[in-house]
Amino acid sequence: MALELYRIDDRLIHGQVVVGWGQPLDVQFLVLVDDEVAASEWEQELYRMGVPPEMEVFFESVASAVGRLPEFQADARIGILLTGDIDTMRRLVTESGRIRAINLGGVHHKPGRIQRLRYIFLSREEEKVLQALAAEGIAVSAQDVPAARPLPLEDVLNGEGNR
Amino acid sequence: MSKYRALIAGHGDFAAGIVSAAVQITGRDDVFASLSNRGLSAADVAAAMGRILDESGARVVFTDLPAGSCTMAARRLQRDRSGLVVVVGVNLATLLDFIFDDADDVAAARQAATKGREALTVLGDPGVARGA
Repeated sequence: MALELYRIDDRLIHGQVVVGWGQPLDVQFLVLVDDEVAASEWEQELYRMGVPPEMEVFFESVASAVGRLPEFQADARIGILLTGDIDTMRRLVTESGRIRAINLGGVHHKPGRIQRLRYIFLSREEEKVLQALAAEGIAVSAQDVPAARPLPLEDVLNGEGNR
Repeated sequence: MSKYRALIAGHGDFAAGIVSAAVQITGRDDVFASLSNRGLSAADVAAAMGRILDESGARVVFTDLPAGSCTMAARRLQRDRSGLVVVVGVNLATLLDFIFDDADDVAAARQAATKGREALTVLGDPGVARGA
């Protein structure tokens, strides 16, 4: 129960999360961690609109998420935590000390990033952050949807997913 | 880009596929532009959508899924484009009605959404077959 997935996905709440993961896992709540969204009623309304009424959504800043993480992890329901970028997840992992595995779900093209998987593009700095998290014992893997095979970070950086 | 009346946006090949079906049935390839969110970030979807709307002059966006990134992008664009109408959960019946409705595009989109909802039917319900 509780939080089943800690996902980095620059689309935040979208079809793969709500339907692709939400239905097979029977996800009943989402925790969206993003300082900008947490400060904007309009953004929250936009994301809430895409979620079925039976799925609760919590909008948290990094600071508030760190404080509430024990509560979310103890929730009897199944949930997914989302961040829109690698640095937000890094802060959450470092400041909470309560996350042991990270899912790379969607990090798309931007200047300075190179393609590692169809849905993962990383800058050299982002790779270093992920490698540092892995070196601390955090399991980092890429998997866009439940039916796909999870790829460990090492394979992602070696381009294994493109072979 | 040619002038189009509406943009269809969705996951994978959904938009291209449903537009192709509409063209096959009606022969009208001048009504819809299409956009896939495949491989695009949320910001890129919104940028691509905005570009197509600007170039085509379309004031209507049909999307496939309420939670989808195309729907999110269209909702974001509505902030700065007050005349933009977004129809979520499009099906082929919706598009066919829109094509043949000569009314204002926004009014046509509303009417087409009603037709699309009505077209969603369950057939072969044993209770119905028995007249129950």
